[in-house]
Amino acid sequence: MTRIRFQQSLDELKEQLLVMAGLAEQAIQRAIEAYRVRDLSICDLVSRSEIAINRLERDIDQAALDLLAMEQPMAIDLRFILSVIKINADLERVGDAAKSISERVRSMEQMAVAELPVDIPKMAALASEMVRKCLQSFIEADAELARSVLAMDDAVDAMNRAAYKSLTKVMEEESHIAPQALNALMISRSLERVADHATNIAEDVIFWVQGADVRHHKSKTGGRDPHAMG
Amino acid sequence: MQLKDEHKLQTRIRALTDGAATGLAVLSTVLVVAPLVAIFVYLVYRGASSLNLDFFTQIPKPVGESGGGMANAIVGSGVLLGLASLIGVPLGIGGGIYLAEFGRGTKLANAVRFTADVLNGVPSIVMGMAILAMVVHPEGHFSALSGGVALGIMMIPTVCRTSEEMLLMVPNAVREAALALGVPNWRSVLSITVKTASPGIITGCMLAFARVAGETAPLIFTAFGNSNWSTSLNEPIAALPLQIYVYAISPYDDWHRLAWAGALVLIVLIVLAVSLVRYVTSRGVLKGAS
Amino acid sequence: MGVGIEVTTLNAWYGTNHTLQDINLHIPANHATALIGPSGCGKSTFVRCINRMHETNPIARVTGSVRIGDLDIYADANPVEIRRRVGMVFQRPNPFPTMSIYDNVAAGLKLNGYSNRHVLDEIVEKSLKNSALWDEVKDDLKKKSGASLSGGQQQRLCIARALAVDPEVLLMDEPASALDPVSTSKIEDLIFQLKSQYTIVIVTHNMQQAARVAEKTGFFLNGRMVEFDSTHKIFTNPSDKRTEDYITGRFG
Repeated sequence: MTRIRFQQSLDELKEQLLVMAGLAEQAIQRAIEAYRVRDLSICDLVSRSEIAINRLERDIDQAALDLLAMEQPMAIDLRFILSVIKINADLERVGDAAKSISERVRSMEQMAVAELPVDIPKMAALASEMVRKCLQSFIEADAELARSVLAMDDAVDAMNRAAYKSLTKVMEEESHIAPQALNALMISRSLERVADHATNIAEDVIFWVQGADVRHHKSKTGGRDPHAMG
Repeated sequence: MQLKDEHKLQTRIRALTDGAATGLAVLSTVLVVAPLVAIFVYLVYRGASSLNLDFFTQIPKPVGESGGGMANAIVGSGVLLGLASLIGVPLGIGGGIYLAEFGRGTKLANAVRFTADVLNGVPSIVMGMAILAMVVHPEGHFSALSGGVALGIMMIPTVCRTSEEMLLMVPNAVREAALALGVPNWRSVLSITVKTASPGIITGCMLAFARVAGETAPLIFTAFGNSNWSTSLNEPIAALPLQIYVYAISPYDDWHRLAWAGALVLIVLIVLAVSLVRYVTSRGVLKGAS
Repeated sequence: MGVGIEVTTLNAWYGTNHTLQDINLHIPANHATALIGPSGCGKSTFVRCINRMHETNPIARVTGSVRIGDLDIYADANPVEIRRRVGMVFQRPNPFPTMSIYDNVAAGLKLNGYSNRHVLDEIVEKSLKNSALWDEVKDDLKKKSGASLSGGQQQRLCIARALAVDPEVLLMDEPASALDPVSTSKIEDLIFQLKSQYTIVIVTHNMQQAARVAEKTGFFLNGRMVEFDSTHKIFTNPSDKRTEDYITGRFG
């Protein structure tokens, strides 16, 4: 086989992205765990890993740029490198979201525990599952698995909208636990963002594997839009 | 250091070998050129003194009288060579074009090539005798025409083979370029390929010309020689080489001197003719005259 | 104006070597179409079948049909006539060595009997302008020989020579492969401009070049045409794995 060095470079790029993905996935899970058990030491872990994630983002972008300039990649190689660059950015945002959640957890530490009409753990589980699946689809280059992630986004969106409604009501009617409600709302929003990034990553995987651009075309019922390109 | 000394020795040996080889090459060149120079110098020595205006304007005087010249032989050679070129050049170039452009690889082409090679090897005296039988006997007399024919046929193989070689050296890319323009093959051959090969073809013609210019044997039975002015194609005609031969084997000193002068003039004329052709054509071809 | 080329079941042999097998394709008018593929895949042979230069080899044989516009070039037309309508530029620039720049450009016309000075002057100027060479040679048209130009200039001269006979199709067999990058860029820009007037078919080893100049690209492999599609599709998401292997440089 020819272009062995190039193939090795591509494999290395994938490896690097997977390391970053692992860090991002772990960050989210830790942030959610921190919320669940209210453990501030876990929040510290999340903050540290965010630094590593940011550094990896820069390294991967540089490596991808070099490959584009030096190797004139075509077709699937080109799509792969473009996807890596985009997934890279989404993973960095996931890291930011994890940090954001852990900051909320820190704030809530000072406050009393409040009963809130929102199921953060359930949202978190969904978002986490989406992240796990989209990364799995990247590892396996599995476009079908990626599409299944697209379908899950609606559920998370719905939960976020419901949380918004119920938590704003709490803030109006039970002002003594308004700070907790606000924090919970922000966590909910962060989780919704995580779900969006997981969706983006899934779309990038589909672009890489099938050359189809399915962004901004998904219907309300989820699944593939028949008018999507490719 | 062992290696460094060895290296120095090797370098010195290499330099010596290089010098020896160069020396040998120079020596070979000298050995090749020397006979030519020697001949020319000797000719000048023996013949220059007999060169005067008379030589170039008068016909030979009868035996016993001194003076006279080889004017008729010079003119006669001109006529014979002109006739020979008219026959040899077109046929030779035509043959070369056929061999290189149209008949490549065919059996006929191989036969033609073989024939030309054999013809080249025919001794000049045999050629003379052949033309004697084919032209002189039917006509009943010696003539300039038969002499020209004999010399012309002798030119053909050289012109043909050289033309073929030169045409084959034209890169195929040039032919393709012409064909791709929608130029018919015959036109491409004539206007492009032949034109590109023309310097070489002309050289071939000059080689043949120079060779037959000095041929004597074929003329003995055909042109025969003439001690008077004559340029008629149906009469015997004088020729320089023939005249030189006749005078050289004669017992008369006068004639011997004229023979030397004639030899010198013959060589000089050949060189002049070749140079003139070179000059005229080199200017035309390089400029690519429209 | 250019015309489209319709190729149907084209097969070509050199002796017993079946060089092209069942080629079917439509080359659109006034576009540049690139043909890519590994060495020996038949793309040069294919192009030479379009102007019947394939036949200059005595052991060559062709079956199938090639229609240029509405003319079936193998039916009864004379190859010489076809080659006036289909120009060709070769891999190595091949100006006529004994001719001046002017004569080179005018060669196709002069050798076919045109002799009107004024008309020739105009055509030579127009062709040299169309091939972006006019400014560089306009003062030396008859003084300099065609072979005295640089490689890139020689190739543009050959393009001018081909354009002078006003063809409808221009075939280019790796026109820039013997040239340096600057000359290559000039030729590519030229192709871009010429597209609007001629139908251009360009054989190239350089995939980036195909991507830069051609709207459609065909991939040849072992005498067959594996895939023919828009250049965009071929280079971002080809349908056939063999195409993908070739353009990503993974063979075997």
